Amino acid sequence: MTESNIAIELINVDKHFGAVHANDKVNLSVRSGTIHGIVGENGAGKSTLMSILYGFYQADSGEIKVFNKEFRATSSKQSIEAGIGMVHQHFMLVDNFTVLENVVLGSEGGALITESLSNARIELKRLANEYGLEVELDIAVEELSVGMQQRVEILKGLYKGAKVLILDEPTGVLTPQESDELFRIFEALKKQGVTIILITHKLREIMSITDHVSVMRAGKMVAHRETSQTNPEELAELMIGRKVLLNIKKSKAKIGNPVLVAKNLEIENEQGLKRVSNVSFEACSGEILGIAGVTGNGQGTLLKALAGILPISSGTIEIMGETITSKNTLNPEQLRNLGVAHVPEDRQRMGMISEFTASETALLGYHNDKNINQGVWLRRASVKANCESIMEAFDVRPNNPNLMSSNFSGGNQQKLILAREFERDPDVLIIGQPTRGVDIGAIEFIRKRIIDMRDTGKAIILISVELEEIMSLSDRIVVMCDGEITGTVNGTDADEATLGMMMANALESDDELTGIKS
Amino acid sequence: MSEIFLSTVLTLDASVRVCIPLIFASMAGLFAERSGVVDIGLEGKLLMSAFIAASAAVVFGSPWVGLLAGIIASSVLAMVHGFASITYKGNQIVSGVAINILAAGLTMILSLAWFKKAGITPTLKNDQRFLSIDLPGLELIDNIPIIGVIYRELISGHNILVYLAFAIVPIVWWVVFRTRFGLRLRAVGENPKAVDTAGISVESLRYKALLIGGILCGIGGVYLSTAYNAQFVKDMTAGSGFIALAALIFGKWHPYKVLAACFLFAFLDAISIRLQGIVIPGIGEIPVQLIEATPYILTIILLAGFIGKAVPPKASAQPYIKEL
Repeated sequence: MTESNIAIELINVDKHFGAVHANDKVNLSVRSGTIHGIVGENGAGKSTLMSILYGFYQADSGEIKVFNKEFRATSSKQSIEAGIGMVHQHFMLVDNFTVLENVVLGSEGGALITESLSNARIELKRLANEYGLEVELDIAVEELSVGMQQRVEILKGLYKGAKVLILDEPTGVLTPQESDELFRIFEALKKQGVTIILITHKLREIMSITDHVSVMRAGKMVAHRETSQTNPEELAELMIGRKVLLNIKKSKAKIGNPVLVAKNLEIENEQGLKRVSNVSFEACSGEILGIAGVTGNGQGTLLKALAGILPISSGTIEIMGETITSKNTLNPEQLRNLGVAHVPEDRQRMGMISEFTASETALLGYHNDKNINQGVWLRRASVKANCESIMEAFDVRPNNPNLMSSNFSGGNQQKLILAREFERDPDVLIIGQPTRGVDIGAIEFIRKRIIDMRDTGKAIILISVELEEIMSLSDRIVVMCDGEITGTVNGTDADEATLGMMMANALESDDELTGIKS
Repeated sequence: MSEIFLSTVLTLDASVRVCIPLIFASMAGLFAERSGVVDIGLEGKLLMSAFIAASAAVVFGSPWVGLLAGIIASSVLAMVHGFASITYKGNQIVSGVAINILAAGLTMILSLAWFKKAGITPTLKNDQRFLSIDLPGLELIDNIPIIGVIYRELISGHNILVYLAFAIVPIVWWVVFRTRFGLRLRAVGENPKAVDTAGISVESLRYKALLIGGILCGIGGVYLSTAYNAQFVKDMTAGSGFIALAALIFGKWHPYKVLAACFLFAFLDAISIRLQGIVIPGIGEIPVQLIEATPYILTIILLAGFIGKAVPPKASAQPYIKEL
């Protein structure tokens, strides 16, 4: 490795956020024209490090060199000028702007935009040809699919002259096919000499696409490897610092009688749009039924209807001997009393109230319980005891019931919510995205608990966008696309390719080419 | 027939006069809200600039000095709003309300201190005011039937600030939709993070938007006390700032639609004066208060989604806090 072909060099970069040491004397060097992966658990400091490089945050101390030149950015402007582009995990796009306007924003050229826009149009055509990044330019970004929006982000970077492109968890929102397409784009960029830094926690991606990989753990850079010289097991171990069992062992399911039977369900979402149609399935005691699909294909709406949050417009749901129809609805409290527990998809917004203490979050939904509520006042002692026992059972850290819910890490928040529902010993458990944004240690813990619940004869409906999660937990898998069930497979027979095809069922039409959502 | 025609033209003419502060204030609000800052303090800025303009015109004997002073007064308040809600990320509604209260109080105290009268400035002489100007060709066109009346009563014979107000609307449109500043302004009101990561300062953009708003709102206030009237009177804005805000929502933050909304609300105001005391057979006397409340009622109906939908800039009222 000679001096001249290093694109990015970080030397002892250090960053604190209050008491949190987000980056602890981090060193990194990225060779020009390569794909460099950075892996680490959530909260390991990857995004912070890249945001420092992109000028979004400033490091407390340390040195940064870009193409061997000293570099100190106080805003993203300097980073862009130095040739660094970033595609954030949550896209930085103005939804009601056209693709063209989004790309031009911040590098307009002149004070009037008519000319800037027409110049940009020509330049974008060229970039699209060169890298195979076709996007319709005059369409509002909100009309585009997630995969296309990501292309717009990449184009934004290239248009601004990026020679180094940082991508933060780029495949989190994509179908397997869209991910493959993204990797094809990576190869094309690499061929043209663009350096790519890929932040991810998916080891499969690291192994298949990167040249080099660096591992972060708890704010520190713990290892650098050539991808060809390492393997997923080693990387996983480096990430969490001990051996983990990613494929959780489970015994064969002892499947009992159906306890939840859904027939011909049609459901509208909060905006009155039909998101689920003609969906039928049954969940039996002692099994985990996985519902797979790309985000936004009706699983979320289905989950809400099963939990009593949304009414169904037609069809029936039979739960524990009760029949729910569009006329005869049960609210979440009635469902809970029947023995149906619900872990919502969006933990921050529906699972807890971040400004509440842990003990208050731990009683949400069960606040009418006789032990806790004696009419007017809550029994503070029981509230606290309830929370303590939950924290004990699920190893929630720190085990302080008086701490604000928002001060727990994502994994511990999720454990608290899961514990709240599990500890009531329900017969049916409806779980949405149990491990979204949760670190590997907690993932393992949570998945084991879900399997334990199954083994005690509960029926579990698991909705997740993580294919790997669905595959490793489910006894049966139902795949949804565009509000309908596009396939059902046994857990043991499932493979990623088949599921991926089922998940993309409706995308086989011409729409795929332009990326416009129908 | 000709009497009804003349009466209509005169009502429209009155609407034009009432419309002017609404136009300035709503265009000011348009800049602020497009940048993501809610500006409920339009009323206070109008009032403050009306007072300062009238005072300066009396003391220095020139409406132009009054204009300048009014603009400065309103801009200072706009910067106070910016300081609280942009730099210190305070609640924009609270800051705006504070400005309204501050203006109401300050105008009383200062008028007492400067002119020994609470809430009133001395009456302005003609050379201290913006006076009506006749447009060229009046004698020629005056003799043509119908067009002559319209030209004489409706188009000609206004002061310079009236013509400025109507000229400003297409300029605002051009700035918002055809310039780099406008592109960034619209972006920062929708998604400030996208602007920040594109290497543009969110704070500076929002300050600029508020400053432009301060200047425009200032001219509106100057019009009230030195052109439409000839002195400052306590609470003379009479809710114009709030009606302008309603017009902004009613016009969906689009300059031309906002202009139309301003004119509609001004027209309702003008006929409410004309209809005062008129008895309609079978119904009785028209309650003027009802007509005066119409702008607010229409806005509520709009916000409830009965006539189209008013979608404000997405980042409106949210202070920008840098985080991932």
